Amino acid sequence: MVETLQNLYLGFSTSLTPINFFYGFMGCLIGTLVGVLPGVGPLAGISLLLPTTFGLNPTSAIILLAGIYYGAMYGGSTTSILMRIPGEAASVMTCIDGYAMAQKGRAGPALAISAIGSYIAGTASVIGLMFLAPPLAKYALRFGPPEYFSLLVLGLLVLGYMTGGSMVKNLAMIVLGLLLGMIGIDHFTGYFRFSYGLVALGDGIGIVPVAVGLFGISEILTTAGLSIRPEVLKPRLKDLLPSKEEMRDSMAPIGRGSLLGFLIGIIPGSAHVISTFISYAVERRVSRHPERFGKGAIEGVAGPESANNAASCGSLVPMLALGVPTGPIPAVLLAALMVHGINPGPMLIKEQPVIFWGLIASMYVGNLILLLLNLPLVGIFVNFLRVPYKILYPTILMFCVVGVYAVNTSVVDVGIMTGMGVLGYVLRKYDFEPAPIVLGVVLAPIIEMSFRQALAMSAGSYVIFVQRPISLVFLIAALAMILLALKPLLKKRKDWRERFTEAEKAENV
Amino acid sequence: MTTDRLSGMAFLLLSVFVMIETRVLPLGTHSRPGPGYLPLLLSSFLAILGVILIVRGRLASSWRSVKWPEGLHALAILAGCVFATLAMETLGYRLVMLILMVFLFGVLERLKWWVVCGLSLGLSFGSFWLFDTMLKVILPRGNLGF
Repeated sequence: MVETLQNLYLGFSTSLTPINFFYGFMGCLIGTLVGVLPGVGPLAGISLLLPTTFGLNPTSAIILLAGIYYGAMYGGSTTSILMRIPGEAASVMTCIDGYAMAQKGRAGPALAISAIGSYIAGTASVIGLMFLAPPLAKYALRFGPPEYFSLLVLGLLVLGYMTGGSMVKNLAMIVLGLLLGMIGIDHFTGYFRFSYGLVALGDGIGIVPVAVGLFGISEILTTAGLSIRPEVLKPRLKDLLPSKEEMRDSMAPIGRGSLLGFLIGIIPGSAHVISTFISYAVERRVSRHPERFGKGAIEGVAGPESANNAASCGSLVPMLALGVPTGPIPAVLLAALMVHGINPGPMLIKEQPVIFWGLIASMYVGNLILLLLNLPLVGIFVNFLRVPYKILYPTILMFCVVGVYAVNTSVVDVGIMTGMGVLGYVLRKYDFEPAPIVLGVVLAPIIEMSFRQALAMSAGSYVIFVQRPISLVFLIAALAMILLALKPLLKKRKDWRERFTEAEKAENV
Repeated sequence: MTTDRLSGMAFLLLSVFVMIETRVLPLGTHSRPGPGYLPLLLSSFLAILGVILIVRGRLASSWRSVKWPEGLHALAILAGCVFATLAMETLGYRLVMLILMVFLFGVLERLKWWVVCGLSLGLSFGSFWLFDTMLKVILPRGNLGF
């Protein structure tokens, strides 16, 4: 405990230096904007701003990028409540009761409860992250190549299961991502793989062009041709205060959402999205008046909004403690650390205490900044929604091109981004979820290295993966995931994943 | 033909392509897997997934039911991206962005000419100033010095 407090003191002395505080503030501000603007998700936002962090020290860079991530969770609720358009995927559930409250003239309290819930959940989950990540990292030091391989296989299978929709399609996306991640020089033998004489592909396909293409460009291609001009409500500051009854009704959902979100965040998958669906279902189940849900129940805003913030923080636990990203956004954050020469993994907390504890402390400060930004300044952020999409999307496209080019100063990357944009666009049309591709690209080199090292250790025997107890546990859990995915084939009842996918589709219509 | 069956066939074709491409890479042995080992394993798995999609895809929606109302718009934007990729190093960042923005704002979105001029000039030169001058990211100047 004393050691944790000493480390936290180190973290605060790092994050409160003027330069780090500035980048933390900028991250929160940009994150809020990214969350507010539909079509620019946190993944595309972080990927686009990644090149601008190359000149920064690693601590400032990760503070800025993490700020965008959790800042987007705050901002996403604004458009959901005021326009019934989710600013980003994790705010889909907030649309239902948030917009219903807005129509009843209670937009202000909905926004306030959403910001307060996000603040409480964000702060509580940072405490969880602070106490959980270091012991987990110590435990992970026992992992060898077989354990890492099994853990990564488990992570990918859980992602495939939790993403929703067809498990077969999700697995195909993972395999596609892994194959894309194998383009370039084989680090064991120096062979060029699938690079077709292009020197620029020697280092492989970068995470930034893949992420920006699959999420940024494909979103532009899908939405630019549609002419939607929704009405924008503009709340006044004095209308923001929730009533005593609304505050009382929100406290328990905020608590439940925080706990649920943090725990789901640790599990691989689009945790921040899934957590909101589960939180909404839980609140409806425990409510004495479930009939109010869908008609403006404040619990339907408080629970999911707290859950998505807690989940975004929870997803950083395996990323920081094990070096294993649980979704595409932690994967890009991990790539950002690697760009700065930091090796993620169990040794990160021990070897780079300034980065780890600086990030933790910056999240305490960031949550406070976001509360202050999101309540009084909500009217200003709403103005960005008045910018017509026909002006917004060419601007985003320009930032996509320059952002991707800047990573390696290579036009090949811009070409890859364009190709990935087409792929993402077609995949969306055919009901495929592109997120597992991004994770596959990031994990391919690690998974291949641990796989080949493990086989070398065992003289080519696959038994090594089941001989070692930790690896065996991971593989049993992976098998359980496959069996769970097969369950709907045997039962006629729809499982939660199918209901989740249907609810997502219904909201997107 | 259903969407799932079409996707399954695409995966099957892709896996066959990867398998053919892997032939030039050493496979190695089980104890010393070569650079072609895992790609071959993965492409085999992808082929299995493709077959499952084809077999189980009978009940999925017809491929004709997938609508592309924004298709032409998307195609035009895509053409802009391809142009930027191919011309950036020859014409330079500022000129390429200027042409791309004029195309998107003026031709595709039909905004007023003065809005097109203002936005295109502001964005292309402004982003160059931000990234190249301020953030020291070297952007291509092209043969004309733009």
